[in-house]
Amino acid sequence: MSEYNKPLPGMDGLTKEFYDFCKDEALHFQKCTACGSFRHVPREMCAQCNSFEWEWMKSSGRGTIYSWVVINRALHPAFYDSNPQAVPMAPVVVEMEEGVRLLSNMVGCTPDELKMDMPVEVVYEAVTDEITLPRFRCSQA
Amino acid sequence: MLKDKACIVGIGETGYCRKPGSGMSEEVLQLKASVAALADAGLKGKDIDGVLAFPNLGKSETFAASLGSENLRFAATIHMGGASPVASLRMAAMAVDSGAANYVLIPGGWNGFSGVRVRQTVTTDKNSIPGGAIAWDYYMPQGLTVPPQWYALMCRRHMHEYGTTHEQMGAVAVAMRKHAQLNPGALMCGKPLTIEQYMASPMLADPYRVNDCCLETDGAAAFIVTTVERAQDLGKTPIYIMGAASGQPYPADEFTTRKDFHQTGLTIAAPEAFRMAGVTARDIDFAQIYDCFTFEVIQQLEEAGFCKRGEGGSFVENGGIELGGHLPVNTSGGLLSEAHSLGLGHIVEAVKQLRGDAGERQIADAQLGVVTGWGDFGDGSIAILRK
Ligand SMILES: [Zn+2]
Repeated sequence: MSEYNKPLPGMDGLTKEFYDFCKDEALHFQKCTACGSFRHVPREMCAQCNSFEWEWMKSSGRGTIYSWVVINRALHPAFYDSNPQAVPMAPVVVEMEEGVRLLSNMVGCTPDELKMDMPVEVVYEAVTDEITLPRFRCSQA
Repeated sequence: MLKDKACIVGIGETGYCRKPGSGMSEEVLQLKASVAALADAGLKGKDIDGVLAFPNLGKSETFAASLGSENLRFAATIHMGGASPVASLRMAAMAVDSGAANYVLIPGGWNGFSGVRVRQTVTTDKNSIPGGAIAWDYYMPQGLTVPPQWYALMCRRHMHEYGTTHEQMGAVAVAMRKHAQLNPGALMCGKPLTIEQYMASPMLADPYRVNDCCLETDGAAAFIVTTVERAQDLGKTPIYIMGAASGQPYPADEFTTRKDFHQTGLTIAAPEAFRMAGVTARDIDFAQIYDCFTFEVIQQLEEAGFCKRGEGGSFVENGGIELGGHLPVNTSGGLLSEAHSLGLGHIVEAVKQLRGDAGERQIADAQLGVVTGWGDFGDGSIAILRK
């Protein structure tokens, strides 16, 4: 695992909390305790009602594919140099049951198999000892 | 109201190149373009009392110091990426109209080929990338690192909802390339592109092919804005700013969660600019649309109101945006086929068309032109210009 040299999130503040939940294999989103809105990416206050009161809520982990891009030529050195087999890769936007969207990648599903509105569910990939990234697979249910 | 309160009175360019590169620093490139704009306007460096520098490509005070602008009173930078030059055009008009400055210089230029390439997105400083920490923490770890990949996500959703096709995107690439054949300064002059060649172009960030992407080039451009009264005393036909506005999609710093996924800054800005100008999209003779990628032309034509959302694909088909079509777009060849002039080239080309100085690609009796800018995650700016 020490050889992982792709970009990693900065582990501080709310971002650390978000990824620490992922490390525990439990995707969480912020929910405003004043108006009930879910939000992602993490922010300090609710844009709907401007409340600073919120709590982490565990996501169902289920969503659907909203869009994707198939990267045939990586343009970032970490994705280009380290592993030529890394492409094609296909970052996906997942629309979660909670209403938020999240950028991720699929596992066990090639770019050719992606379809709009396809049901997916979260899985977890521990890329380093400290950091686990949320990924998605085709819904098993 | 800002309508007809300010004019563009000078334009300058360095010329654009790829291999082996400009051989100049980005500062010198921009100073050369600025000197050319001053000469075009019949002004001296000491006349400039306002400078709006492009983000991350130099400071206003540095340009003022080199040009001998001893009375710098107004200096700023608008952080909207490729939307900055047109947003700066509006801010310059506001500045001269209010008296904050008399002559505002807007330079911009870079070694986009021989220097740090766009593709080598800065990997060490999260503050230097659009979206900042959000992109760093939530996009880059998932492999989304550069603009064509961000915008490809928007494009694919548009294709899904509205049936926009690769052939329609190709029509944009082909139109820009046709126009470049009439522009000796365009890097793709002498290198025509057919729709068949476009369709055979390899996928880069599917749905974007290599030929959906703008050029990476070295070069700079600049322009000067002053009041209508001062413009009358200068040598060139003043180009009036009839309407101008800029806007941000919501949220501007993160695009995947937008409720309206197709909203851009232009969605907000374009109605304001047309209202200010008192004209409609139908009155416009040409448009210079920030063409970082082919689909962004389609998207901006929609959000600017030249057609309804979802109809941009058919709008660009069958030569619709070529010279002689219903709305000639990017008559110089644009970022796709002239050079990546950071959007300043679009303003320069609009001025040339309205002055009647566009050579072989001149639109007969061009009276009204639109220029747009696009930056970061869809920031938008627009100006409506007349002679
Ligand atoms: Zn709330």
